[in-house]
Amino acid sequence: MTNLAIAANGLRKSYGDKVVLDGVDLAVPEGTVFSLLGPNGAGKTTVVKILSTLVPADPGTGAVHVGGHDLAAEPQAVRAAIGVTGQFSAVDNLITGEENMLLMADLHHLPRSEGRRVAAGLLERFDLAEAARKPASTYSGGMKRRLDIAMTLVGSPRIIFLDEPTTGLDPRSRHTMWQIIRELVAGGVTVFLTTQYLEEADQLADRIAVLHDGRIAAQGTAGELKRLVPGGHVRLRFTDPAAHRSAALALPGAARDDEALALQIPSDGTQRELRSVLDRLDAAGVEADELTVHTPDLDDVFFALTDSGSAPDLPNQPNRSTEALR
Amino acid sequence: MSSLSLAVRDSSTMLRRNLLHARRYPSLTLNLLLTPVMLLLLFVYVFGNAMSGGAGRAAYIAYVVPGILLLTVGSTVVGTAVSVSTDMAEGIIARFRTMAIHRPSVLVGHVVGSVLQSVAGVVLVGAVAVAIGFRSVGATAPEWLAAFGLVVLFALALTWIAVGMGLVSPNAEAASNNAMPLILLPLISSAFVPLHSMPGWFQPVARYQPFTPVIETLRGLLLGTPVGSNGWIALAWCLGLSVLGYRWSASTFDRDAR
Repeated sequence: MTNLAIAANGLRKSYGDKVVLDGVDLAVPEGTVFSLLGPNGAGKTTVVKILSTLVPADPGTGAVHVGGHDLAAEPQAVRAAIGVTGQFSAVDNLITGEENMLLMADLHHLPRSEGRRVAAGLLERFDLAEAARKPASTYSGGMKRRLDIAMTLVGSPRIIFLDEPTTGLDPRSRHTMWQIIRELVAGGVTVFLTTQYLEEADQLADRIAVLHDGRIAAQGTAGELKRLVPGGHVRLRFTDPAAHRSAALALPGAARDDEALALQIPSDGTQRELRSVLDRLDAAGVEADELTVHTPDLDDVFFALTDSGSAPDLPNQPNRSTEALR
Repeated sequence: MSSLSLAVRDSSTMLRRNLLHARRYPSLTLNLLLTPVMLLLLFVYVFGNAMSGGAGRAAYIAYVVPGILLLTVGSTVVGTAVSVSTDMAEGIIARFRTMAIHRPSVLVGHVVGSVLQSVAGVVLVGAVAVAIGFRSVGATAPEWLAAFGLVVLFALALTWIAVGMGLVSPNAEAASNNAMPLILLPLISSAFVPLHSMPGWFQPVARYQPFTPVIETLRGLLLGTPVGSNGWIALAWCLGLSVLGYRWSASTFDRDAR
């Protein structure tokens, strides 16, 4: 059994009458990426704030350990074990990137020469060496976020909290950030990641928990979560209304969308099921103009868990796990 | 590392950070020095003859300079309140709170930096005063030293109060407003006119506030006027305000992150 980097039992927090966290249990093994997924206002940031000692949990909370230390009894020991990159950039905008890094080195009590070495190394690694002598206020959003994470890494924390690290970043910066996170984990660091992007959790996390209404609605690996919801289907689209009609007759189990001239056939996406659909179309002598296979993804899980409404199936929504076969 | 050496080390790191800010953005500091210098010139050259009751401009320079020097401290700490309030809104403060550092060091850095700025400001304004004719007649070396110590102590007291004001202010404008009394109080003290020249009902207002005893003590140390009980009262004000301001600031800072 592996040791837990984070273990929380019955995390509770209310602000006035508003219950934000209503008994959240978390168990994050060392050296893994755990992603807390939830819509805006679900309480993700509150979880990070509590676990990183910024705000105290409410009295009804059970035992919470971070890095093996009791959160309430030994907050300084917890702080020594963690690094936090919050949702809003935690850099000193008035000073340069290099000065920010040296400030962190001083606060981690590194000897002067080692501090300089660590700062220079991280600035290099995060592609900030060129901008190191410029005030942080002149940095772009992506640069600030990289500086932010570089500052978090100065003390070589074993547990890192990243609160929505890619919110507001352009696609390239987002992929850079993912690469950074993967490298951290490869180095044995535990990462606690909050995000509202399902793809991000799918890409990075070993385990995912969906936070909804102050509780964990579901948790498991991405695969386990996807198995929780049905939603796999084959979608056929036609341009000729007559072809659409005859295909619908050939495939009695299909759901018809007359407006879009589309058919939706429940399917697990296996080759055998796909072939049977194609065989029936051939037999009826119709040809679909477009065929897509949709496997359930975290979007389906997310919507199924956080909303009782239907899973999304908007044709215009680009979807990573939908592959077009023409 | 012992907790004391941790406190000293982290505080000096934070002080370096604040001095870096002050050096990088000197305009705020210099703007704050404009007020005391303008008041000095205004009261000496424009109102000087009238204010001195016929004793002449030279005599009035001697009278008004100690008050102006302490008004410089008041003016500097308004800047402290503003910069503390601005700083607290920065994300880096949240980062500091999640680090295993000596917590009050964030505030101590601001305080020590601000006291240094106050002292530098007093020296600069003092130089202007000397340039227009102020002379400290007959002050001995220990009196000079005591005068310097008094300025430092008073700056420390006002700074801690200003830090508290900065911490409870939601933004820079509010901080500037909240700290306004620190620059208004010297105007209703014995800085510009002696207490006995004020209307009787007003005299207690001017007498029982921190600026008057500190000004009277500084005046006595620099010019040889009688200090009387003002010395002890000034010391008590300084220590009292420092302790109060520290307690207030530390407990405000320790409360939940904003």
